[in-house]
Amino acid sequence: MPNNRLTRLFQEKSGNLLNVYFTAGYPKLEDTTTILEELEAAGADLVEIGMPFSDPLADGPTIQASNMVALENGMSLKVLFQQLENVREKVTLPIILMGYLNPVMQYGFERFCAEAARVGVDGLILPDLPFAEYEEEYKPILEKHGLSLIFLITPQTSDARIRQIDALTNSFIYMVSSASTTGSQVQSTEAQRAYFSRVKALGLKNPLLIGFGISDKPSFEMACQSGHGAIIGSAFIKALQQPAEVRENVRAFLKQIR
Amino acid sequence: MKYGVNERGYYGQFGGAFIPEMLYPNVEELREKYLSILQEPAFQEELNSLLRDYVGRPTPLYHAKRLSEKYNTKIYLKREDLNHTGAHKINNTVGQILMAKRLGKKRIIAETGAGQHGVATATVCALAGLECIVYMGKIDTERQKPNVEKMKLLGATVVPVTSGSQTLKDATNEAIRDWINNPEDTHYIIGSVVGPHPYPDMVARFQAVISEEIRAQLLEKEGRELPDYVVACVGGGSNAAGAFYHFLDEEDVKLIAVEAAGLGVDSGHSAATSILGKTGIIHGSKTLLMQTEDGQITEPYSISAGLDYPGVGPLHAHLAQSGRATFFAIRDAEAMEALRELSRLEGIIPAIESSHALAALKELKAGPDDVVVLNLSGRGDKDLNTILTYFEQQDAQQ
Repeated sequence: MPNNRLTRLFQEKSGNLLNVYFTAGYPKLEDTTTILEELEAAGADLVEIGMPFSDPLADGPTIQASNMVALENGMSLKVLFQQLENVREKVTLPIILMGYLNPVMQYGFERFCAEAARVGVDGLILPDLPFAEYEEEYKPILEKHGLSLIFLITPQTSDARIRQIDALTNSFIYMVSSASTTGSQVQSTEAQRAYFSRVKALGLKNPLLIGFGISDKPSFEMACQSGHGAIIGSAFIKALQQPAEVRENVRAFLKQIR
Repeated sequence: MKYGVNERGYYGQFGGAFIPEMLYPNVEELREKYLSILQEPAFQEELNSLLRDYVGRPTPLYHAKRLSEKYNTKIYLKREDLNHTGAHKINNTVGQILMAKRLGKKRIIAETGAGQHGVATATVCALAGLECIVYMGKIDTERQKPNVEKMKLLGATVVPVTSGSQTLKDATNEAIRDWINNPEDTHYIIGSVVGPHPYPDMVARFQAVISEEIRAQLLEKEGRELPDYVVACVGGGSNAAGAFYHFLDEEDVKLIAVEAAGLGVDSGHSAATSILGKTGIIHGSKTLLMQTEDGQITEPYSISAGLDYPGVGPLHAHLAQSGRATFFAIRDAEAMEALRELSRLEGIIPAIESSHALAALKELKAGPDDVVVLNLSGRGDKDLNTILTYFEQQDAQQ
């Protein structure tokens, strides 16, 4: 059972958690740690660093484009771990690496986990890692290195499967707000409210962070009413495209949310 | 079946369903139901009657005498080129559209590279009266304009894909994203034996009619069901899966899979996945795929738009790794030579994809008493522009 920064965060703070996603090496290769430091200073509670992939099939156009730019900038897992080498001297918030399985497999799953743990990563989101394979093959490796694996649920995920996911999880559950890829506009509909209350009624042991389509203060606050916090990705990537200096863009965006 | 899929969706170490949770309910619904639907007598009856009266099956098994003479062996061509829409692709789309109707789906999506699968999908959607959206890389929509026009004429919406490298793999990503966004009413008709389980198995079963017919036809013509060789080209691998299917466990039958070497296996412009690929995950399947050292998927090359997929179906990855099938890689120039040869020896203009299989005949070393069945997966009409341009350039160089 990992006793890491993630576990501690959820023990200390029970609501309004802000989780921000950004793509490593975007907009510039060297921006990764700058953005991390600035997010911590501006009040993010945890971060997801996206590991860019050529074929990110769960992502919408904004994150896809940031992945392409990051790859063209020269980002890779090797470069990312170099950039994160001394990150724990400067930032204390929980760090999650998010990405697709193929680059991780090529790096070597065990080696990847060892490196991630060594530089101070707390959890992983690998959306295309199926759970039968996770339980049989990958779980012992993650546990050995004290990393949490975060699973996604969607409005189509059955109660039984959500309970299974809850049992396998030891940090939080990533609650996808609607049937969509990242960055879609989400409106509060009857169906969505029913989904939120259905999941709430399950009385899960893990906190819920709501993601996909959270873009501004109203959608953040709405999500925080149904979950323990929310995840902002595409809207933050768009904010990084503003002409100002990168630190300025991060601060300006978080100011709107917090 | 020794080389069939196991209950978890694996062929040896390849296959599985490596998909995000957003796709899980759709794929799971299909996985739970596809075998029982396939086995329904009413389904079989409807499928068989369409294959016979609409597609034009059984396709002939033709003894190509002049070609046989040239290679000093006995060659039969399985004439998939004579199917409605000009290739084997329709065997799968007819099956999947009936499956989609049984599942109560109202909307069909598909990916296409050269446009053959797109046309075959648009065709069966017209037949079934279902909405059809085909994702096609923007570059491919420009290269394959006649097929885009055909799909539109058939009532389909063609969406040009501008993400990534704007070709087949990106069209596939985009179709998957559409499915994520439409989880209730939509069925995704994948065009090859790729994607998450159960797709590779389901598509192979729909294409298996090819080898089922070969066995019956060969018995009639040769007094034996088993040939010595079965030869087929492999991009994703659906026509090869169909041609091999009923011979997989007949280990005396040599299975020959032919990939596109493009300008040469080591030229940096190739689609020979079994040689150049490493185990990884593409479109929800663990298989051999062409990628960088960092695990980024690379863009393959072949003169044939139907063979330039960076992965290969998990069944074929398993056949390659276990040695059950022998893989050859054929260069553009060899395929084009074989295309011209068949045109002139037999009066049949093959698709450039199928020409790769033909070009492997010279590598077989089959004897005069051997029976070789070659799956002629499609006709060359769609390739006429590419063929003319290729030979004009070749003439200009000489």
